[in-house]
Amino acid sequence: MTRLTKALLCCSALLIASSAHADDKLPAEVMHSWTSGGEAAAVKVIVDAFNARGGEWSDASIAGFESANAAYTSRILSGNPPTARSVIFGLDQRELMEQGLLNYVDAVAAAGKWSDAVPANLYATLGYDGHIYLAPISMHGESWMFYSKPVFEKAGIAAEPASWDEFFADMDKIKAAGLVPIAWGGQAWQELKVFNAILLSQLGVEGFGKAYAGDEATIKSDGFKKTVEIFGKMRDYVDPSAAGRNWNDATAMVISGKAGVQFMGDWAKGEFINAGKTLGTDYGCALAPGSDGMVIIGDAMAFPKTGKAEQDKAQALLAEVIMDPKIQVEFAKKKGSFPVRKDVDTSSLDACAQKGVAMLAAGKVAPEHAIIISPAKGGAVTDLIGEFWANPAMTGDEVVEKFAAAVTEG
Amino acid sequence: MAAGRETSPRLPGAGKAASSKGRGLAGKPRRLRAATAFLTLVPTWIVVLVVYVGTMIWSIQLSFTSSRMLPTANYVGVEQYRRLFATARWIVSLQNLVIFGVLFIAGCIVIGTLLAISLDRKVRFENAFRTIFLYPYAMSFIVTGLVWQWLMNPELGIQTTMRALGWTSFTFDWVVDRNLAIYAVVLSGLWQSSGLVMVLMLAGLRGVDGEIWRAARVDGIPTWRIYVSIVLPQLGPSLATAVTLLAMGVVKTYDLVVALTNGGPGSASEVPAKFIMDNLFGRQNLGLATAASTVMLITVLAILAPYAYAQSMRARRARGAV
Repeated sequence: MTRLTKALLCCSALLIASSAHADDKLPAEVMHSWTSGGEAAAVKVIVDAFNARGGEWSDASIAGFESANAAYTSRILSGNPPTARSVIFGLDQRELMEQGLLNYVDAVAAAGKWSDAVPANLYATLGYDGHIYLAPISMHGESWMFYSKPVFEKAGIAAEPASWDEFFADMDKIKAAGLVPIAWGGQAWQELKVFNAILLSQLGVEGFGKAYAGDEATIKSDGFKKTVEIFGKMRDYVDPSAAGRNWNDATAMVISGKAGVQFMGDWAKGEFINAGKTLGTDYGCALAPGSDGMVIIGDAMAFPKTGKAEQDKAQALLAEVIMDPKIQVEFAKKKGSFPVRKDVDTSSLDACAQKGVAMLAAGKVAPEHAIIISPAKGGAVTDLIGEFWANPAMTGDEVVEKFAAAVTEG
Repeated sequence: MAAGRETSPRLPGAGKAASSKGRGLAGKPRRLRAATAFLTLVPTWIVVLVVYVGTMIWSIQLSFTSSRMLPTANYVGVEQYRRLFATARWIVSLQNLVIFGVLFIAGCIVIGTLLAISLDRKVRFENAFRTIFLYPYAMSFIVTGLVWQWLMNPELGIQTTMRALGWTSFTFDWVVDRNLAIYAVVLSGLWQSSGLVMVLMLAGLRGVDGEIWRAARVDGIPTWRIYVSIVLPQLGPSLATAVTLLAMGVVKTYDLVVALTNGGPGSASEVPAKFIMDNLFGRQNLGLATAASTVMLITVLAILAPYAYAQSMRARRARGAV
């Protein structure tokens, strides 16, 4: 036997072995963009559970949501979709649902009683036309105010500000101490998150939703105008080179004690943890002053139609694994988020996440713009808020008028 | 720009000389030669028609539909164009394209020509200088943008350095000023691309007949006058190449802005290419994005058409004279 034939035989034996292997397991090709340290650790929780229950996960991760989206759309259009894709809740995937390009997971949702486990206003964003299309994975609170304990001490601030008036009084103290009051991430998407946090504090969960739904009375209300005013006032409390700053660079300013506070989603916690800081002694987290509720964004899994029975089974299994109460907690701990289910044991989460869980249990979570309005409209609002921040000459009335136009027309 | 660089040595005139020589060598019947040439070019033509023209037509067609995430056949007339020109960010993008285009091209030409002339004066270490001046061109726009983002950051870069050196009133905060941000983009663009113009112009200058210089010297004409009235007018082809290359760079400006300002502050330094990319991949706005790219295509054609017409007229006149 020549070496070549030996090699060929060897190869074919391997091929047979591997295809036999694949027959037993349910293969799933999953597209996601969770590539950073904490994210990768979190997704591994799902991968391990999925493989243990008879699945065979193959990873198709693409860094960056937009490039992953481009690849995802073109694969669906060319008739070669992945088994699943990580998406965000709500309208992001609506068009694919309308076109019948996604599989729904009604059976799994009914068996797992998702409607009881997930808060009603979130549950409503998982489907379309009576079907449940998305399996919710976890949520991030976005209206957090992270602050530096040493800076607060130095400026003589005793407690977290409970209202915006107190907040600005405290920021004056930080300014007087010669430090930067607000570590500002100068990119439009970050600025919109701050705006959202203020909006929720002024209008509450219901009003927040109404404003984005284009309700004229809400957008013209005093609460909305007050939001614009508070947001504009913050310009006096940031440093000159804030424009264009990344969120993690802003977090670094709080970590190093150069700045007092940062408004950001709970993913900023990871930066503090990586820098070896301890919650409660080095830094603190509070929801935006005066807010009774929390703005959230959520990760979910969508399941494109593949036309293969085996793939459908793999999708159902994946949906089941994702909504498993234990997986929900484990995933959230690794990713720095919190579970979507109300009925899980959250005692092992940190103090920040506990506050979020309390809001969730009370049903006081407001889904952000990316969930409740189309990406085109969300983009228009992002542009508007970014422009307003950069242009102090724009009046409050102008913002009101343009906001109404952005959420109705896009 | 890579494709552009390949075409740069083919200055107008060079091709003409080659083809007239070729005709003289014709051993086979002319028709057979033409057929061979045609067959050789068929694959290229197919690629051009299907890939370039085909996708172009498809994009234009999509711009008349209500496509959002996926292409649809729901035609809505010029609705997307109406939306496009009602979008403040698009108008800003167009204005910025004009500001950037004019200043970038003019600036590169002036700086590049001056650099070329100063090197042409037979300075010492000419090779070293040439390498230094051309070096920025070896960097991508992304790297250029990042470098200048640090340099122009008011709390890290040039401003802080100058103040630390004692010049406390020194201010250089273009990147964070919404009225000046687009000029910051121009500045970094100039730094990157002037070297290219320098090389092109230097090649042109080296092609000028030494006899002209000697004759002008004998007549006692000052050096600057020789450049302005005699040498530079001969550099038309080099200039045309440089302008073409730079103009192509202007239309597709994207990475430089993304790295330097990301379109900010607000939308002060947005450019059309970034508007199109954002709407295409980030905002599920296929119809609007294709409408914007169609407007860009029309703009480019509107600039190119008179130029092409002038070229063909000149060619016809030249043939008529022969």
